[in-house]
Order: sequence, then structure tokens, then C-alpha cells
Amino acid sequence: MEMFATALPALGDAWALILQPIVLGYLILGVVMGLAVGVFPGLGGIAGLSLLLPFMFGMDPILGLALMIGMVAVVPTSDTFASVLMGIPGSSASQATVLDGFPMAKKGEAARALSAAFASSLFGGLVGAMFLTVFILIARPIVLAFGLPEMLMITVLGLSMVAVLAGRIPLKGLAAAGLGIMVGTIGEADAGGSLRMATYDIPYLTDGLQLVIVGLGIFAIPEIVSLLRQDRSIAKGASLGSGWMEGVKDWFANRWLSVRCSIIGVVIGVIPGLGGSVVDWIAYGHAVQTTKDKTNFGKGEVRGVIGPESSNNAKEGGGLVPTLLFGIPGSGSMAIFIGAVALLGSGDIEVGPNMLKSNLDITYAIVWLLALANVVGTILCIAASGGIAKLTTIRFTYLAPFLFMLISFAAFQSGQNFEDVLALAAIGLIGIFLRRFDWSRPAFLIGFVLSNPVEKFTNQAFQIASFRFRKGFDVGMEYLFSPIVIILIVITVVSVVFGIRQAKSIMAEGEVKSGSKRAPVVFLLVVIGYLVAALINANMIPDYNMTDKVIPLAIGGFALVCCLILLVQMMRLPEGDTIFADKEVAGEDADAPYGLWSTLAWFAGLIIGTYFVGFILALVGFLVAFLRVRAGSSWSKTLLLSACGIAFMCFMAGALNRDFPPGLLQDAVDLPWPLGGM
Amino acid sequence: MTISRFTRRAALGVIAAAGLAAPAAAEVDFSGKTIDWVIPFSETGGSAKWANFFAPLLSEELPGNPTVVVKFMPGAGSTKGANWFQDQEHKDGTLLFGTSGSTQFPYLLKDPRVRYEYKDWNPVMASGTGGVAYLNAEDGAKFDGSANMLKDTDFIYGSQGATRLDLVPLLAWQMLGINVEPVFGIKGRGDGRLMFERGEATIDYQTSSGYLGGSADLVAAGTAVPMMTWGSLDANGDIVRDPTFPEIATFKEVCEATDGCETSGEAWDAWKAFFVAGFPVQKLAFLPAGTPQDVIDTYTAAFEAVVARADFPEISSKRVGKYSVYTSDAVQTALTTATDVPDEAEAYVLNWLKEAYGVELK
Repeated sequence: MEMFATALPALGDAWALILQPIVLGYLILGVVMGLAVGVFPGLGGIAGLSLLLPFMFGMDPILGLALMIGMVAVVPTSDTFASVLMGIPGSSASQATVLDGFPMAKKGEAARALSAAFASSLFGGLVGAMFLTVFILIARPIVLAFGLPEMLMITVLGLSMVAVLAGRIPLKGLAAAGLGIMVGTIGEADAGGSLRMATYDIPYLTDGLQLVIVGLGIFAIPEIVSLLRQDRSIAKGASLGSGWMEGVKDWFANRWLSVRCSIIGVVIGVIPGLGGSVVDWIAYGHAVQTTKDKTNFGKGEVRGVIGPESSNNAKEGGGLVPTLLFGIPGSGSMAIFIGAVALLGSGDIEVGPNMLKSNLDITYAIVWLLALANVVGTILCIAASGGIAKLTTIRFTYLAPFLFMLISFAAFQSGQNFEDVLALAAIGLIGIFLRRFDWSRPAFLIGFVLSNPVEKFTNQAFQIASFRFRKGFDVGMEYLFSPIVIILIVITVVSVVFGIRQAKSIMAEGEVKSGSKRAPVVFLLVVIGYLVAALINANMIPDYNMTDKVIPLAIGGFALVCCLILLVQMMRLPEGDTIFADKEVAGEDADAPYGLWSTLAWFAGLIIGTYFVGFILALVGFLVAFLRVRAGSSWSKTLLLSACGIAFMCFMAGALNRDFPPGLLQDAVDLPWPLGGM
Repeated sequence: MTISRFTRRAALGVIAAAGLAAPAAAEVDFSGKTIDWVIPFSETGGSAKWANFFAPLLSEELPGNPTVVVKFMPGAGSTKGANWFQDQEHKDGTLLFGTSGSTQFPYLLKDPRVRYEYKDWNPVMASGTGGVAYLNAEDGAKFDGSANMLKDTDFIYGSQGATRLDLVPLLAWQMLGINVEPVFGIKGRGDGRLMFERGEATIDYQTSSGYLGGSADLVAAGTAVPMMTWGSLDANGDIVRDPTFPEIATFKEVCEATDGCETSGEAWDAWKAFFVAGFPVQKLAFLPAGTPQDVIDTYTAAFEAVVARADFPEISSKRVGKYSVYTSDAVQTALTTATDVPDEAEAYVLNWLKEAYGVELK
């Protein structure tokens, strides 16, 4: 109680700090910069903050904080544009939004989806801030109560959402999730450093695949390719059915869902080590489970947008707790934030346990600046959403080349290797086939995202548990089965049981017709082939590095069993059964005027061109050729649009101080930026 | 550490820096240029903090006040960036590269991924840090300045990997005869401290800034007991108490007091060699191979000017710790210290890694 007595004055001080015109001015400046930067999927926060760092040195702390928080806060808001309008998950925070947001855009309800998402974001941010104001005072012991078994169970709860999203054939969903986990284990193991499906001769693989690349490859590329083949606008019939007021009404009608998902967001955001990777999936699962009529999920259900969007901004607030109280950054941008705070003023503010004792007013100022930035950012976004939603009425052939440009650049930024772009194409191919044969892409992505936490927490919890068991059986049991763990187990079991019942009505890929056996079986055989190779590879890891092989062996084995059962079923069932779902048989893809491979060849052309002459030169060729040949536009229009694209790319990269992928040409001759590299 | 001692040290540093041959007034001018300071780590690590701290200061002191931008090139435990830097040639002096202990250790242990050679590069600045090991309260009560009463206890330690800087604490505990079981796979020392706070880990170590930022509070609250520092090097290369933590004994002292632990012989030599490579000279800034002397001199002068700033001791102690920053001639010595490990020490450590953890670098 004593703490609360000091908290109220501190809260008052915080508001006195915030409510100065100049502070609000800096906040708005930060928000506007953040929105501009947030265009790039998967880059926003980190790139923007790095840009601000040099100016933080010696800056008045509250002004610096306003600027930085303004920038960070709007990233989970502004990346909603990409996920709803283009089906591009901008960050791990907006993956679940794609599932229903993008289908809404396709139905011509982009503005409605956007405004529902923004209203939810805004509300989530405010709920998060209110919750934190009280919670931050008592958070420390609660955060410390989440040990490895508890974190493992939350990860498992996240994984259990696969049950909801598995699709019509649960085995396929499980296999897809297993495959996702296996892809996530590629590279050097965290624990023992063994290589899995990688070699030191290809250094790129040793670091594993980046989430940005997998997210873009699994969700964005298949959608872009599919739309491009159909040669239409994103919104069918190029009309925008409902306006932005409708979305706000949708949100209001579902305000309690929004409240619950916001709380889920804060609470999970508070736990260090999990980051945002599970939050939106758990929120999405919750939205599904609490909706009576589930048939619309995956086809454009507004609750599927409200749930995850309410949670992801609230999560940013929750993420402040480990950052401020323990000095442990929950994300890349938070890490830079910590570093930048130390540069502010005379450097007196040190992120860590002292924040509550000596800087409670600053702590509160940070919490409420974040909430306020959300408000400002959301209002700007809602205001813009009607106009930006018009993008969905443009003929997609004019958008596609620029989307390829954006996602290639975004992929390259994740590791600054040419291989990043290659990996994007490879994962994109997997995504295309998962989509075509109705294997759950969300399940694959959940598997991938949770691969590392599952492995890490399992190994570490096992090691510490066995250490405790040596002290005594009861000591070990007490460690493994704490009350929190038991509660989480119950929630997981309930959610799986409900999930399996509901899964059949949730079709993330919409209706898919079935066709002949050949194509689905070939794809299944390829998956089996990869799993077998990965299992053999994992088995070759020597036994003293048990920690590095246990999970790949167990999960890989499990996925293989699922696939083999599927294979048996496929041999027995007649053609036309749902198991042989194939988008090329009937429907949009099958009727598309353009073929898959000729469409992909354009993207391949950009990559090959980049390999030889570097990104910008290849991009010039790609844009001109694409707009002229594929889109069939006049020379003047082609050149104008290409020039705009290149100028935009150079401007953004220049402002953010980013490089472009170099090619063989750049190795041979030094070229000035932007043609050459660093 | 008291202020007076600190200012005295700083003053000595300034005098020492001024006493060194002041480089001839360089005619290098960086007006309107951008200096890329490449760090082979992600934005989240200590090296990022270090480079971001120095970057604006450096910008102020370089002729023409160029913008200094820190760029990140993480990958393969920093060897990717270092291999990249090895291929860079001098162009116009606008490329600077920073390394850390995690870049030094793979080089010393002959990691197969290492395709870089420190001797080719031109060091312009180096700085160090220290480390403190501590125990939980229960086991800490049994610590009497020696590890004698800790030998029957099993400890758990959250580790980033035996071939990283964690090699230094793990080897030290092993020499003391303490049974420490590392839980591998954590992402940073902050995670290790959290594991300790949760009671899952029972022994921990932090670099100086990490200790001051979080663990010192645990000690004050009575939930942690400091065990030892790695110490600091004096002018003769001997280990003395860490100036930041003069009240905490060094590993050397604890080892001397502990039965069966020796401060001579191959184990000790190996530990000391890797400690020296990892802590007193932890981070270095380099210009690429083939950089002309006048550019090197310009950078050297700029870093000297940074260190000579009146407020440098104060601002640096808060952000990068209260340790020496080496410039001019001292930096070459520092580089040699950090990257020259006797063959026997290397062989000892490689063998120990293999026997204790099954780690083989090939």
C-alpha cells in the first residue's frame, strides 16, 4: 500500500511532464516518422530508432522519450495496412490479422477492416496503459514467478492454437505445424551449437531463417502471385463496399472481446523471453472460440481482426515491464530503446530495477506516452484508411511489381545477404504449395515462430528439473507443476478439445475443391522426403549434444508419422475426397488467365538480375519490363511509374541509411550508392 | 569506487594521452561524409551500446564533423561481419569496424568459420570491462573467501555457450573444484540474471555494467552474495583487484585460498590468457587493411580527443563502465594482449571444451 501512496503523486508528475506543448509536438513528430517508416514490413521500429539514436545524446529526457516512443508505438498500428491490404504480415504482431483482414479487403471491405483494426489497436493500447499503471508496481514478483516450465506451457498453449487453425484435415494441419517447427530448427542449435540441415560452407544457413522472411514467404508471396495471375484488383469488382464508420461500429459491437484480448496481450507481453510471437495467435484462437458462428473465419470475419489487433498494441505496453524493470529487451526495438535511454540527458536514467524507485515518474511518463502515441497514431491511421484502402481497387498488375520490390528489400534487410532474397523465394514456393493443397499456412507459421522457444524451454526446463529431482522428488515436482503451470495445462487442454471440434468449420484458405491424386501426393512425398532427410541429419548429431537433437527427432518423427498416415489415406480414398484439395482444379487460381510458373518467372527474373547487377539496376529492368510487357502500359506510363518506384526506394533507403543487395557487378567495380553497396 | 580515485585515474589517463607523441596535424577532412561504423552484432548487444556511445563523440572530434552511423551486420557469432571486413580495402577512411570478445574467441580457438586475421587490421581504439561472479544467498553463506565449502554443492548457471565469453567463468569455477552445470542456450547475460533471480540458476556472472545495473541490487537486498571478480591487469600484466569493485576479492585470491586450486601451471595460464583476451581488452575499433598512416593518425587523434573530454569519465562510466580506453600506441599493445594466446593455453582450452562439454570446433 505504501507503494501506491508514492505512485499517485508520481502519476501526477508524469502527466505534468507529458502535457507540455513541446513534448506533445515531439510525440507527434515521432508518430509521423514511425508511420512513414512503418511502410516497410518487418523493419519499422529498429530502423527508425537507429536513425534517431545520434540525436538522443544529451537530449532532454522527456523530449527524447516522446520522440522515440512516438516512433515505436505506431509500428504495430501502421503495419496493419500491409497485412490487411496486401496480405503482407509486417511483423510478428500482425500475422494473425492477415487471416481475416486480407479476405475482407478482397471482399471490398478494406476500409471497414482497417478501421476495426485501428479502433481495436487504440483501445488495446489504452487498456494496456491503464492495466500497467497499477500492475507495474507489483509486477516484479509476478514476472519472476514465470520460470521455464511456465514459459514452456505458454508456448505450448500457443502451439495448441494449431488445433483451431489446422483446417479441414487435422492431420495436414499437424504435419504443417511439425514442418514449420522443423524449418525453424535449421541452423546452429542454441544450446550445443550443432548444425541442423546446415553446413559451415553455407554460412547463411547456420543462423537459421528469419521470421520476416518466413512470414513474407508463407503469406505474402502466395497471395501476390495468385492475385497477379488473376489479373484483377484486390477488392473483387474494384469496389469498396463499406466505409470506415462500419469498422468502428464493428469494434464497438465486440468491445468485450477487445477488452479480453487486450488483457491477454498485456499479460503475455509482460513475460520476458516470449516476446510478441504467441500473443496474436492466442488472441485469434480466443476470438474463434468465443464466436458462435465460426463459419466465417478465414473468409473475412471481423472478430478475427479485432482480437489480434486488440492484443498487439496492449502487448507493447506489457513488453515495457521486462524492459524497464529488468533491463531485458523484449524485442529488437526495445533493445535500442534501452540503449537510447542511457544517452538521454545526463545519463541519469538507467533502465533496470531502479526505474520504480528513483524514476517512477519517468516510468509512468513512458507508459502514458505510449498510450498517447497510440491515440495519435490511430487517429492518423483511421483518417488515412479510407484513402489508402483505395489501393485495393487498383488493377493488381500495377501494384505487384512494387510489392515484389518492397518485400525483396524487406527480406534483404533482415540479414543483408543476397541469400535473404533467395530464401524468400524458396519459402515463397513452399507457401504457394501449402496454399494450393490446403495445408494450413497459419499452422506452419505458428510452428516456425514457436520452434525456438519450444526447443529452448523444453531443454532448459528439463535440465533444471532433473537437477531439482536429484535434490528430491517433491522438489522436482514442485518446480515442474507450479499452480501457474497447472492452470495453463487446463487452459491448453480445454482449448485443444474445443479447437478440434471447431477446426472443421474454420477454413483459412476458404473453400477448396478437390481433384486428382497425383499433385497432392507428389507434394506430400516431397514433404516426407524433407522430413526423412532432416531426421537422418538430426540423428547424426553426437549423443553428448542430446539437447540439439531431441526436439528435431521428436517433432520430425511426429510430423513424419502424420504424413505417413496421410499417405496411406491418400492411397485408399477415392479421387475427389477433401484430402486431395487442390486450388488448381477449380476456382480463382484454376480460372486465372496466367500460369503459376510464368508469373513466378518475373520474380525469379528480379532475383537473378540482382545476383548479377545488384538490386537497383535489376529493379530498373524488372519494373520497366514488367509494366511494359505484362501490364501492357504505354512507354510514358511505364517509365513514369518505374521512376517513381526507384525514387521511392532510394529515398526511403537513403533516409534510413540502408543498403541494397549488391551483385557480381558490384564485386567487380565500385559504384556509387545507390547502385553500389557500402 | 570513490569519485576522487576516479578523477585521479582519469587525469592520469589524460596526461598519459597528451604525453604520447601528438600526431602531426592531419590533413584528412571528412566534411559532408558519412562514416560507417560496422558492428558484427545485432542492435541488441553490448557492442551496439558501445559503438552507439562513441559514435556521436567521434563525430564531434573528427575533422569536418562527418556523420558517424553505426551499422549492424550480425551473423554466425560475429564471424560473418569479421570475414566481410577482412575483404574490405581502404577507400577514403569512412569505414570503421568494431569487434568484441565474441569475435576474439573464435579467432583464438581457430573456429572453422574464421577467415579473418586481426594482424591485417589497424586498431585505433580499444576498451575493456570486468566481470563479477556471485552466488545465491543460501550457498553464499558457505562462501568464506575460499570455495572449500562449496565443493559438495551442485550449481546451475545460465550460459550462452562454452566457447563464448562464458568460457572464462566456467573454467574458473572448474578450477575451484565447484560443480557448475551450465544450462546452455540463453540469449544474453540479462537472461542469465533473470534465471538467477527466479531461483532456477544458483550461480551467475555479469560484466561490470550488468552487475552495477541489476545484480548489485540483489546483493543489497541480500538475495545474492558476490563471490569474486576476474580482476584487472596492472602495468606489469599482473592481476589486481578490479578498480570498479575494490571490495570484492579477485578469482586469483579465491583460488589461492581454495584447496587444490593453483595460480600457476597450465590451467591457470590458460585461464589468464583467455581472461585477458576477453575482458581487459574486450572491444576494439579497426580501420581496414591498407589504410594510410595519415588517416590512422586522424582517427587516433579523434579518439584521444574523445577520451580527453572533461566529461568523458562521467559519461563513459555510466554507459560503458569505468575502464581504460586505449588509444595511440597503447592500442597496439592492447590488440596484442587480446589476440595473442600461447599455443599451450589454446590447446588446454580446446581439450577442456571437448572433455567437459563435448564441444569440438571443426
